[in-house]
Amino acid sequence: MTVRIQTADFDVSAEIAGLRRGNPKIGAVASFVGVVRDVNDGGAVAEMTLEHYPGMTEKAIEEIVAQARARWKVLDARVIHRVGTLRPTDQIVLVAVASSHRGDAFAACEFIMDYLKTRAPFWKKEETGGAARWVEARESDELAAERWRLKG
Amino acid sequence: MITVLYFARLREALGQSSEQIALPGTVRDVEGLRAHLVARGGQWEQELAPRKPLRAAVNQAIAHGDTALNDGDEVAFFPPVTGG
Repeated sequence: MTVRIQTADFDVSAEIAGLRRGNPKIGAVASFVGVVRDVNDGGAVAEMTLEHYPGMTEKAIEEIVAQARARWKVLDARVIHRVGTLRPTDQIVLVAVASSHRGDAFAACEFIMDYLKTRAPFWKKEETGGAARWVEARESDELAAERWRLKG
Repeated sequence: MITVLYFARLREALGQSSEQIALPGTVRDVEGLRAHLVARGGQWEQELAPRKPLRAAVNQAIAHGDTALNDGDEVAFFPPVTGG
């Protein structure tokens, strides 16, 4: 398992190649890439700044991946989350999960992303045409994470 | 002494990211520490009031109001997270 918090961009193809390297048991890789949009809650977003809690953020994501591994047959996983200043079209986050079969890879990837959104300490501040605002947590994100309690 | 960290909107509103606090004998858990900070008044009272939907961590693990505090702990207060 690899968890990285970084300001630099990442190369999805290189990361997936690194995840798969030398493991012939892997039959499926599911990945999710989160990207900065130019609009949020009806306002234009010029750029955003992501803050995190060094130390705890890594631990929280490792714990989320460990929970995924306890529920699905995951061979390996890689999570990369950027911090610092990002602009529309920039990549924010990568979650890639390798399994023998697609069902486990898809489910674990979505679970990790839903839990990351609501449990990993990151905070977004958006610059919207001269004004800055902290992004409010969404109830829909909490509901997305909660539904994993109900199904396997 | 304990270390208290503040993040994001809370850090900006309080004007600081961390501080060292000598834990008063009456403060035994996270809720007690929050009340101790609220008692400072002003921004502290406003930002840490019970109605505010804050999260807390002790030694980098998610904590609750009744999570016990001990000397040397690292406590963090922050708004609900918005990453991803």
